[in-house]
Parts: sequence; C-alpha cells; structure tokens
Amino acid sequence: MTGWLLQTEHLTKRFGGVTAADDINLELPRGEFHAVIGPNGAGKSTLIGLLAGEIAAEAGAIRFDGNDMTRLRADRRSRLGLARSFQITSLFAEFSALDNVALAVQAHAGHSFRFWKDARRDRTLREPARAALAGVGLEARADTRVDRLSHGEQRQLEIAIAIATGPRLLLLDEPMAGLGPEESARMQDMLRRLKSGMTILLVEHDMETVFALADRVTVLVYGRVIASGEPAAIRADPAVREAYLGEQEARGHG
Amino acid sequence: MKAALAFLHKQAPGFLFEPNTGLIAAVLALLALVPLYAAVAGDPFALTLFTRIVIMALAAVSLNLIMGYGGMVSFGHAAYLGIGGYAVGILWKEGLGSGFLQWPVAIGASALFALVVGALSLRTRGVYFIMITLAFAQMVYYVAQGLDRYGGDDGLTIGNRSTFHGLVNLNDNTLFYYLCLVLLLASVYLVSRLVNSRFGLAIQGARSNERRMRAVGFPTFRYKLVSFVIAGALCGLAGALLANQTNFISPALMFWTRSGDLMVMVILGGLGSLFGPVIGTVTYLLLEEALSRVTEYSGLIIGPALLLVAIYLRGGIEGVFRKAAP
Amino acid sequence: MRAGVGGSTSDILPQQTDEQFLRPIPYPSPPRALRAGGGKSSAVMLYFIEQSLNGVQLGMLLFLLAAGLTLIFGIMDLVNLAHGSLYMLGAYFAATFAAATGSFVLGAALALIATAVSGMALEVIAIRPLYGRPHLDHVLGTFGLILFFNELVRLVWGPAGMTLSLPSEMLTAVQIIPGVYYPLYRLVIILVTLAVAALLYILVMHTRLGMLIRAGASNREMVGALGVNIKLLYTLVFGLGAALAAFAGVMQAPILAVQIGMGENILILALVVIVIGGIGSIRGAFVAALIVGLIDTLGRAFLPPLLHAVLSTTAALTLAPALSSMSIYMLMAAILVVRPEGLFPAASR
Repeated sequence: MTGWLLQTEHLTKRFGGVTAADDINLELPRGEFHAVIGPNGAGKSTLIGLLAGEIAAEAGAIRFDGNDMTRLRADRRSRLGLARSFQITSLFAEFSALDNVALAVQAHAGHSFRFWKDARRDRTLREPARAALAGVGLEARADTRVDRLSHGEQRQLEIAIAIATGPRLLLLDEPMAGLGPEESARMQDMLRRLKSGMTILLVEHDMETVFALADRVTVLVYGRVIASGEPAAIRADPAVREAYLGEQEARGHG
Repeated sequence: MKAALAFLHKQAPGFLFEPNTGLIAAVLALLALVPLYAAVAGDPFALTLFTRIVIMALAAVSLNLIMGYGGMVSFGHAAYLGIGGYAVGILWKEGLGSGFLQWPVAIGASALFALVVGALSLRTRGVYFIMITLAFAQMVYYVAQGLDRYGGDDGLTIGNRSTFHGLVNLNDNTLFYYLCLVLLLASVYLVSRLVNSRFGLAIQGARSNERRMRAVGFPTFRYKLVSFVIAGALCGLAGALLANQTNFISPALMFWTRSGDLMVMVILGGLGSLFGPVIGTVTYLLLEEALSRVTEYSGLIIGPALLLVAIYLRGGIEGVFRKAAP
Repeated sequence: MRAGVGGSTSDILPQQTDEQFLRPIPYPSPPRALRAGGGKSSAVMLYFIEQSLNGVQLGMLLFLLAAGLTLIFGIMDLVNLAHGSLYMLGAYFAATFAAATGSFVLGAALALIATAVSGMALEVIAIRPLYGRPHLDHVLGTFGLILFFNELVRLVWGPAGMTLSLPSEMLTAVQIIPGVYYPLYRLVIILVTLAVAALLYILVMHTRLGMLIRAGASNREMVGALGVNIKLLYTLVFGLGAALAAFAGVMQAPILAVQIGMGENILILALVVIVIGGIGSIRGAFVAALIVGLIDTLGRAFLPPLLHAVLSTTAALTLAPALSSMSIYMLMAAILVVRPEGLFPAASR
C-alpha cells in the first residue's frame, strides 16, 4: 500500500447538476510520469483542483505518501511536497521572475514572520531560486518583471515556481497551452528532464507530448475514468478511441 | 539633508525611489522647516496645521501598509485613530496622565481591535471586505457616542497632554511637532524594512496573487492578519498624538468620512510607495486649508479634483513624478 | 470647527446621527408596562406592532436606495458612494418643486424626473470613466462627488435646510387594528414602496430591458455583441437608480428635515443592506432591507427597557443607545463571517 505516492479513492465532486469528478480512483507510484487526458469538460482541471486542495471533495479520499490529506488546505499540501502549475498562467505580475521563484522558496524555508532583513538579499532564498530559474532556462531573465516576459517564458516560469518548492509530486495543468511549435518542443524537453527526478501528474491536450513522455495514461470523460494503463494499451483501447482519440482524429481530418 | 537621504538609502534599498529623491527631499525640508517659519513669520497656526498634517500622514502611512502593499482596502481605518485618541482621553479622565502608560495602551488597544476586526473580516473579499471594515469602524463610533462619562457625542476635552516625567515636555509645541515628525519618519522607515523583508514579500505576494501564494505553500491569512494588526497599532499611535495635539477627543474622530479622508491621502500620494502617503497627506490637507481661505465652497473644487485623480492619476502624485523623471 | 480636531471633510459634511433621521415623528414613549419591565402584555404587544411597522417602513426606504445601489453594482460593477447624494438631491428638488407648484404630488413627480436626469448626466460626465477600474478608484472618485454635491447644495439652497410639508389629508392616523393608530403617511410609504418593489421585480424579470440588465450583469461582451448600446443601457440603469434614490429622499423628506449630509448615514445603512443581501441581488436587497429596518427600529425601541430590566440604570443608560446603534453592524459582521458573500450571493460573481 505504501508504495503509492498518491492515491485517490472514490473522489467525487459535483457542480450543480454536473458531476465533474465521478468516483475517481487513481494510484501513482513514486517516480511515475502519469498523464491524464480527456476531451474538454472531462473534469481534468477539477481533478487538479481537488488534488491541490483548491476544491473541496464531496466524497472520497486523497492519500499522499500514505497520509490522508483530503481535508488539508492548499498551502498545507504544498508544504507536504505537492506542487502545481496553472493552466492559465498565474504569477506575481509586478515582481521580477527571480522574485517569483524566490517567494516559492521562501514558502518552504520556515515561517515568514521575519520583519527586518531584506529578503531580496537573502542568499538562502535567492540562490535556490536562481538555480530553479536556470533549470528552466530563464536565468538571463531573472530581473525582468514578469508582465514583460513572453507567454512562453511565463509558462516556463510557472514550472520553475512549482519546482522551487522542492516537491515530491508535481501537478502540471496543461503546461503546453498556447505555446508555439518551437516553445512546445522546448517545454517537452524540460518535462523529459524533470521526469527523471520526480513523480509527475500531467494534464495535457497535446497528445504527442503525452504519448512521448507518460509511463501511464488515464482517460477522463465526463468526470469518469474510462481507461487507465500504458500508452500503447490506451492507444489501442476502443472505448478511448471512440470517446476521445476518434474525436481528435475527426477534428484533425476535418 | 542630502547626507541623511544617502544614509537612509544605504540602510534600506528601496527606501527611496531614485527618481523621486528630489520631491521627497523637498517635502522633508518643508516639514523640517515649519517651526522655523512659524517662529519667524509669527504664524503659530502654521505649526498647528502642520502638526496635524504630520500626524495624519502617520495614519496614512499605516493604512498604506495594508492597502498599498497588502491590497486590503480598509474603509474603517479611522477607528484606530479614535481608539488611540480615546485611550489617551479615558486614561487622563481616570487620573492617569503618564504617556508611558497612555501611549502603549493606545497602541495596544488599537492592535487588539485590529486583531479582532482582521480575524473576522479577512475571510471576505473585495467589496465585502471594504464594507465589513467600515461596519466595524461604525460600531466603535457608536460605542464612543454612548460613552457618556467621556463626553458622549459632544466629546471630551483633555486637561493636559501626556506627561513623560521630565523626559520630554509635550506642552512645547515645537518640541511636540518634532516628536511627531520623528515618529512619522521612523514609521516610514519601519514600513520600508517591513515591505522588503520576508514578511513584506509575503503580504505583497498575497496582494498580487493570493491563489498562487497558497499553491506555493503560504498560509496567507496569518500574514495578512499580522500586517493588519501592525497597521492598526501604528494608527493607534497617530490617534494618541492627535488627542495630545488638540486636547480633545470625540466620536467625529472615527466617522466614516474620516476613513475616506485617509484613503484619499494614501491614493492621492500613490498606493504602495513609501513616501506616497506623506506626500498625499501634505497635498490634501494643504489644498483643503488653502481653498478654505479662498472660498467658502472648497468642496466644489476638492470633490471634482478627487474624481479627476481617480480617473487620470493612476499611481498618485508620487507615481506622476516617478514617470516624469528621466 | 470643533477645537481643531475636525479638519478635512468632517467640516464639510455635517455629522448627523442615526437618531436624527430615524426619529422624525417622536416615538410614543413605551407603554408603562414595558418600562416597568413586564406586566400588561397587551400594551407591550401593541407597542411592538407599532414599532414593527416603523421598522418595515424604514426597511422599505432602505430598499429603494439599496435596489439602485445593488443594480448599479451588479451591472456596472461600480461602488457608488454618491448614491446618498442623489437621495439628498431628490429631497431638495421635491421641497423646491412642491413649494413652487403648491402640490406635494406634482413636486414629488418633478423631483423624480429631475434627479433621474441629473443622475444620467452625472453618469455620462463623471461615472463612465470609472467603469472597469479598481474599486478603490470608485471609492475615491465617488467620495469626491459627495463633497461636491454637499457643497453644491449649500451653494444653491443655502446651509439652513428645507422642509417639505405633507398635504393635510396625510396628517392623520388610521386605526389599523383595534387600539393601534398608525400615521397614515407612514402606511402610504410602506404601500407605495411595496408597489415600486413589485414594479421593479416585473421590470427586471419580465421585460426586454430587464433581460438586458440581467444579461449585462453576467456577460458584458455578449450583450455588446447582441448589438445593444451598452453605454445607453448603463446610463439608463444609473438613471433608474437615481430615480429610486430620489424616491426614497422624497418619501422621507416630510418626516425629516431636508438637509445637507442627509445622504451619508442612510448611504451606509443601504450599503450594509446590499452587503447582507448579497451584492447584485435585488431579492437579497429586499430581504436584507426588511431585516435591517426591523432590527434597527426594534433594537432602539426594546433594548433600553430590556437592558434596564437586567442591569442598573446607569449601565443600561450607557449601553442601550450604543448597543442599539451597533446592532445592525454586528448583524452584518456576523452574517459575513458565516456567509462571506451575503445571504443571496449572486451567481458567478
């Protein structure tokens, strides 16, 4: 049992009449790169919200490293080692890129009731932050205000912030959203590098990335898991082809 | 003055916005020279006016900490002004005239009230937050109105200023003015340290993107609450000073329009800039004073001026100078 | 100026206490039975009914103001502190036109039109640039407008204030149930306001304009895409809000002095109402207005004798006024702690 880093049991959430998460059971072993795919409105973002602690589950449980964290707030989950990136870029717009990452480091460097010393000169915050920026190839943009970064750079910064919290599990909510081909390729390389050191749950529309990187894939449709398994098996699954891939192909050819 | 600025700048980077050093130096020089002018020109009212300006600037600086840096739009900040003032008045009335008691009580009571208000109201967002802080201030206003022993609606005249057992004599108006000015500058310095510290970055992060702050692991509520308490305590000090200056307290100290005035001073000067509230307060109160000498109907000018500021002057006066600077 | 403490706008804004506008016609003193803290329950009951009606009447007036505020808030996302100024303007217009025409009803009607037109002009000139800006800018700008209107009224009508007299046939009391006489005019306020509330409900829920208003509240772009002139829609809504505020001012004017600053206190009460009700919700405003009106009035009427029964005279005398003035603010704080978006949170905002 304790082999799993993340488990969900019968996780359920309704919004009005819509069941956005319907009895979801997921199991992620340590070190797995797990992708969640599904058509629009399948409840992928709801799943991320439930796991990150922004949406309260109606029923079911979430276990992280064997401990129940179903009722923990988002910030507690982060401090336990769970990090997320946002589908719609969510940064501290009027701060520099380095400040953004340093804040994430700071959140995990003890409490912040430190009132006097200049935090921007605190090497215990700045150096790990610089390292995280370098990890996503943004070191040259460290002092640029975030609202002056390009969209692609902002997406990279999203990842850097998540990594800087030193997570054991990384939830990535459509990191490729809105990226051009070149930026996508760069992002894909980055994810591949991350893969070696971390357990990752990736929600993504970009099928090429998913099938190139994922160890296992789960398919969500209308909040339900319709299939879960290795990429090859998922590719071959008729139900998945019908519900999701078929639609993609149809769109591709239409 | 230049040397002092250089010293401050070295002490706290970001303490002074580079492009604005000139403007800030000018305002500080003005404030420093007021007693001299009052003595030479034989205009004691100038000293009275500027003492009030300096005290209100202190209150505005405290509001700027939560509103400008923390993004918490408190529409009830005058309550702390009143609580600080009433702490001095009530203790005096009960025969306790020592500033060593009155001032800490003023600060402590304001901090305590801020703790309660913050703990309850920081659960709400946006306009609801604006309104609930306003409601709490109105409550204190009505409590003060009901305090018949301390003057009720009419207010209470305080017999003498706080005593400091020979250390300082607040009855010396010039000395009192400089004490207020020193406290103002000290509080600006305090805020400059605060906002650049880990704590300050945490509350600014919460203003910028609270959801993200939680996602990276910050329990934002407690940091916002503590900043709320610090701001309340500072404003309580301003209230104690105000009661000392006028030797009078009344519920009018915390009427909601007074909270509006404080917001105006902060916004006018420039939200989230260190000296902005000082510049805004000097501008607002001087303008008011000047207009009231020229016309009986100063509101006809101030009102539309505020509207124009709201429409066109993003970043306040300080922001304009920052942009205008090369 | 009060010994120099005053300063700032407090000198410009006369500070009127709730007491002044809530206590127009002196309340009948509580029945002796109540003052003695028990005894004849029928007298207490009659007093209770009378005070409840007063509470409903206050609630209805608050609803008129709150409905406009919450519409403007819900649709334009605008915090309009100057709403109280329109209330004041309505009262001044009514007093002026009634004096000029010699007719209360005609004066009131003209005042409504004049205030609606003023409101629309205000919207075009001053409010429009504030749309889409941070709420803080709204607070600053409309706070400025309060100062402006107070001074303007002082310039035009003088500092003394005015009175608006009721037609003589209104100056009677009617027996509503055996033993309870109630001022006819207050009954009229309740009934007329209920009618306005019903009309407003029909307007918002069952007309094309109402459909646009509701659509505009939830999706600005979509309404714009439908080819609707959204600027005109906003101006009309603002005018409607102004007319509602003026209506409240006109109805209240005969009971109270018409004076500068009369809008400030009632504005705060109306803000409390829309916050309790849930910003943007007319139904919430209606319910909350009734709650606030009743609690405020009944608190003032019954807290003093109740406290008197429990506490010493001095303690009761000190506590009662403060507590009754605070009651609605405590209610609001309590409601927001439990429901941070009010009783009827408007969907999707």
